[in-house]
Amino acid sequence: MKRADGRSAGELRPITIKAGVIPNANGSAMVAMGKTIAVAAVYGPRYLHPRFKQKYEKALLNTVYMMVPFSTSERVRPGPSRRSHEICKVTREALENVVCLEEYPKAVIDVYINIIQANAGTRTAGINAASVALADAGISMKDLVASAAAGKIGDEYVLDLAGKEEEETDCDVPVAYVPGQDKISLLQMDGKLPPEDVEKVIRTAIEGCKQIYEKQKEALRERWVQK
Amino acid sequence: MADLLKNEKDFVVPGEKVVESMDYIPGRNCFRDGNAIKSKKIGIVSVANRVISIIPLNGTYAPKVGDMILGEVIDIQSNGWIVDIGIAHSAYLPLSGIREFIDTTRTQLSSVYNIGDLMYSKVSNLNGPDSIHLSMDDVRCRKLRGGRVLEINAAKVPRLIGREGSMIRMIKDKTRCSICVGQNGIIWMDGENQDVALEAMHEIERFPQQDGLTDKISAMLDSRVKPGQAQASITNSTASKSIDSEAGS
Repeated sequence: MKRADGRSAGELRPITIKAGVIPNANGSAMVAMGKTIAVAAVYGPRYLHPRFKQKYEKALLNTVYMMVPFSTSERVRPGPSRRSHEICKVTREALENVVCLEEYPKAVIDVYINIIQANAGTRTAGINAASVALADAGISMKDLVASAAAGKIGDEYVLDLAGKEEEETDCDVPVAYVPGQDKISLLQMDGKLPPEDVEKVIRTAIEGCKQIYEKQKEALRERWVQK
Repeated sequence: MADLLKNEKDFVVPGEKVVESMDYIPGRNCFRDGNAIKSKKIGIVSVANRVISIIPLNGTYAPKVGDMILGEVIDIQSNGWIVDIGIAHSAYLPLSGIREFIDTTRTQLSSVYNIGDLMYSKVSNLNGPDSIHLSMDDVRCRKLRGGRVLEINAAKVPRLIGREGSMIRMIKDKTRCSICVGQNGIIWMDGENQDVALEAMHEIERFPQQDGLTDKISAMLDSRVKPGQAQASITNSTASKSIDSEAGS
């Protein structure tokens, strides 16, 4: 089967990852998955104010997901929304599992994710960017997190839904995967799917995550190893 | 012994396996996962005997006992000072950490060190990452007056100091500027040719891994420092002598 943009079912969109794009941040990364572009900036670990938010035994991971107003054809109203609130939460939970928060008690690590162009799969692009940015900032982590979505169009399991495919598919399953531990740190589903297909869709997404993981490592190496 | 998957001086990212064997022990910035030793940070692999550690390429300063660091007094308590050292946690300089005896019934602590004073002090004790104790019990420790302060990335301080202090000594000698380098990336300087020294330090921060960095900086200093200038004032030259010994750290 050929898809709208000419890809095969198990193929990712062309992906570009660049680390260290924001000089003022401690760590940063840009991830472009097809026409979706996410930029993540990491600040910290730094002093957490107000003090009542400090946790005695570990750091607070503060993730802020935002779509900039010009990211879609319809203007996005700036400021937090129900949707962005949810994505902040799932992003934080996907990353909390790998960041060694207990090494930075009472501090905060701020992760700002900006979607500057949206064409489906913004939360997965955001997690990919945030993970590279955290590593780029020199923060202790057990592993990187890679993330991709999968779905089912007709009889085919398709990887990395783009644009209109999100409407055509029966379901949209974003997955964040920790390759070193072979564990899933984010799993959501939008739509309907027969139980016997669930595992196959997740496996499709994980295959994509593994490819992205290689690109993430490559991006960090490119930034830090001199030629 | 099992073979290393990554050689010494290889670049690793978080989660990358360095070795899959119980023959080695995880040191700084790495951890054991099953049989494997994995990196926790982006950095360079270093192997000393059987201990594997990662030298980080970026990140905020992580205090070590014995480090000389620069900080600013931000608060005074009944028996010590709170010092901001440019990281998430502030450090504590207790009365017992300073050399002279102070009778707290007669002397105000603010007359010894006041809020806003810049301190060059040593990390004397660590109780976890959020309890950092300082002391002035070292010949290099002192309160810094005047001058100017700059901050660089703490991961690049070892490059700025150089092997056995070679790089920083060269900058001090050639610019005749007195410089104090804190392991936390805060640097104080005073005296002649400050702008040249500043530029050299920024160059080192920007290209720390460059080949022939020392020669390049040396050439830059030679061309920029005006020859035949008056000798540094007596206070400056004594100051630079007393802190030359910091270089080896």
